[in-house]
Amino acid sequence: MVKTAPGVLPALRVAAQRPPRARRGLTIALFLLPAVVLFALLVLAPILLAFYAGFFKWNGMGGLPQDFVGLDNYLRLFASEVFAGDLRNMGFLVLASLAVQLPLSLGIALLLNQRLRGRAGYRLLFFAPYVLSEAVTAVLFSMILAPDERGLANAILGAFGLSSTWFADTSTVMPALFLVMTWKYFGFHTLLYLAGRQSIPKELTEAAQIDGGTPWQVFRHVTLPLLGPTIRISVFLSVIGTVQLFDLVWIITGGGPSHASETMAVTMMEFGFKRLQIGYASAISVVMFVLSLVFALWYQRFVLRRDLEGATVNR
Amino acid sequence: MRRHVVAAAAASLLLAGCGGAADTQQPAGSQQPAAKEKVTLEWWHILTSDPGKGIYAKWAKDFEAAHPNVTVKITVLENESFKSKMATQTASGKAPSVFTTWGGGVLRQQAEAGLVKDLTADAAPILPTFSTAAMAAYQIDGKAYAIPTDIGMVGFWYNKKLFAKAGVSEPPATWSAYLDAVKKLKAAGVTPIALAGKEKWPGHYYWAYLAMRVAGLDALKQAAETKDFTGPDFVAAGTHLKALADLQPFQTGFQNASYSTPSGQAAAVSNGKAAMELMGQWAPDVQKSSGKGLGEDLGFFPFPAVEGGKGAITDAFGGGQGFAVGADAPAEAVEFLKFISDPARHREAITNAFALPVIKGTEDAVTNPALKLVVENLTGASGFQLYLDQAYPPAVGQEVNDSVAQLIVGGKTPEEVVKSITETAKSE
Repeated sequence: MVKTAPGVLPALRVAAQRPPRARRGLTIALFLLPAVVLFALLVLAPILLAFYAGFFKWNGMGGLPQDFVGLDNYLRLFASEVFAGDLRNMGFLVLASLAVQLPLSLGIALLLNQRLRGRAGYRLLFFAPYVLSEAVTAVLFSMILAPDERGLANAILGAFGLSSTWFADTSTVMPALFLVMTWKYFGFHTLLYLAGRQSIPKELTEAAQIDGGTPWQVFRHVTLPLLGPTIRISVFLSVIGTVQLFDLVWIITGGGPSHASETMAVTMMEFGFKRLQIGYASAISVVMFVLSLVFALWYQRFVLRRDLEGATVNR
Repeated sequence: MRRHVVAAAAASLLLAGCGGAADTQQPAGSQQPAAKEKVTLEWWHILTSDPGKGIYAKWAKDFEAAHPNVTVKITVLENESFKSKMATQTASGKAPSVFTTWGGGVLRQQAEAGLVKDLTADAAPILPTFSTAAMAAYQIDGKAYAIPTDIGMVGFWYNKKLFAKAGVSEPPATWSAYLDAVKKLKAAGVTPIALAGKEKWPGHYYWAYLAMRVAGLDALKQAAETKDFTGPDFVAAGTHLKALADLQPFQTGFQNASYSTPSGQAAAVSNGKAAMELMGQWAPDVQKSSGKGLGEDLGFFPFPAVEGGKGAITDAFGGGQGFAVGADAPAEAVEFLKFISDPARHREAITNAFALPVIKGTEDAVTNPALKLVVENLTGASGFQLYLDQAYPPAVGQEVNDSVAQLIVGGKTPEEVVKSITETAKSE
């Protein structure tokens, strides 16, 4: 740190007499201010307001809530069958994503890493669904998976004497929804894995091959461990995204039939904007927030710790 | 991506609390010269398609020409987005100057929160020109909070050709005859009923009508007041609906069907894929815009009576639309309501088929034979019930829609339906 010589610039004199550490603090504070203000206004304030509104019975009209009901909203929420269904649906989607979607993405990423004719074309093709907006995807699949003979999927299946009710039955709606989610997001995870795979030095896999490792052994003992950080991040993104799943469900099924595909965010929308029970909807948003936060902290503390260690040491 | 949208939804929900206190106060007791002041009227309506949309725009222009100090700013929104936008708007403590309302429970909540203007005195000259049925939804505790622009009723819109094909010679007047007709249609290989199962509200019409026919209008009124729907007659309404659903009368995949999309309920009837739908006065219009349209083959019959029920077949169920005025709106907003309630303009709306008569003496402007039937049934009605999802507080109305939708797909029993509705009503 170079000290400012007194007398260089008259205007700086006053500042120069202050201890440099305080001045540096002031500079930092000034530079941080815009971001902090925005963060407080657009992130912290709504969160705090949701916590606050969650303790009230409030239809959202005319000023701040008045009717304090304590934990009533939360008690109602935890006793509600719809909310229990939300949690079950979330559990199903998280497990299905981890068990099917991510392994599938990993497999495709490894294939795309091979020397393959038209590799760039495949990469583009697989990533394309992720670029589409959720609304477009939802409308598209509402048509493809239409439950009667008009649907493309049923028309094709019909040629083999098969058909499905897709979104129109309580028993098939969740798998159908998962199919759409997978179509939409596998490309994103594939891209992550592909990037991760390409950062693994060729020497390592080559060495393993020369040592007589079978392809499975090379994958299991070299590639997979080195992909660890990427996989852990991809799992994290997938879970958090699933907890907050909204657009696809809202447009395709609206949570139905008979709440079979409802997610927490859909229930929140339903109660906040249709039933005008903003207090109750706020309670749902708080539960969503806490769930995501607890998962994120737990995950960072126990799963991502090794990956983040480098970052903390350098600091 | 989805994270952003949910975050935005959550944020708007939460920011809802921010407004309110900081309302800019209009100077009370506005003086005469203030009329020359430049004012802007925010007009929110839901006529997203022509001719209604265009004619409303024209009226706004005409009003501006007659009142040079006024600018009318129109916001046109689709039904559901209108409701969401209104929710965020009213949460900020302000309502638009002039906005669409269906009256009932939502308007009552808005009135109680001081968001809408009491029009009883300001609009006194025009209020008596409206028919009593049309005004009913907007009168709360003896005060008028909106003026009607449209009124109608729900009934069965059916395909005469398909009915004839199945050997149903005349529209059924009793519930058992109705179930027979459904069976005959099925036997003839015709899908009897189109239903938008995804949207829930079309399903509630069945339960509401059955409740009206079995329990009667007074019992419904009483249930709303005592917040108790557990009476045996309301359970019976559900049992009758279950009996219908058990016949599997609806189109394939109705559980995921929308109302007005090209593969929805209206289109199924419009394209001759289903024989009927239970819908309001706008049905012919939506059928035409979402499919081929039935033309002369389209008929209308009122919801059948239930044998031994306390309600009459002449009791009508339905509703309309109207316009309310925001509490802080400039005085010109009420002038604007008077302007659009001019009988000549109302006739223009009727002849362009986006409204049914709400002003006494304009009934003759209806030319469409099916709509004429609606008007006849409505004017001869022995009683009137507003849509339950509008009449009741929003949470109760939505619970009716929701639990009836579950009843239809087999997710709830008739007993559970009345239990959920009662629980929600008690919690409001």
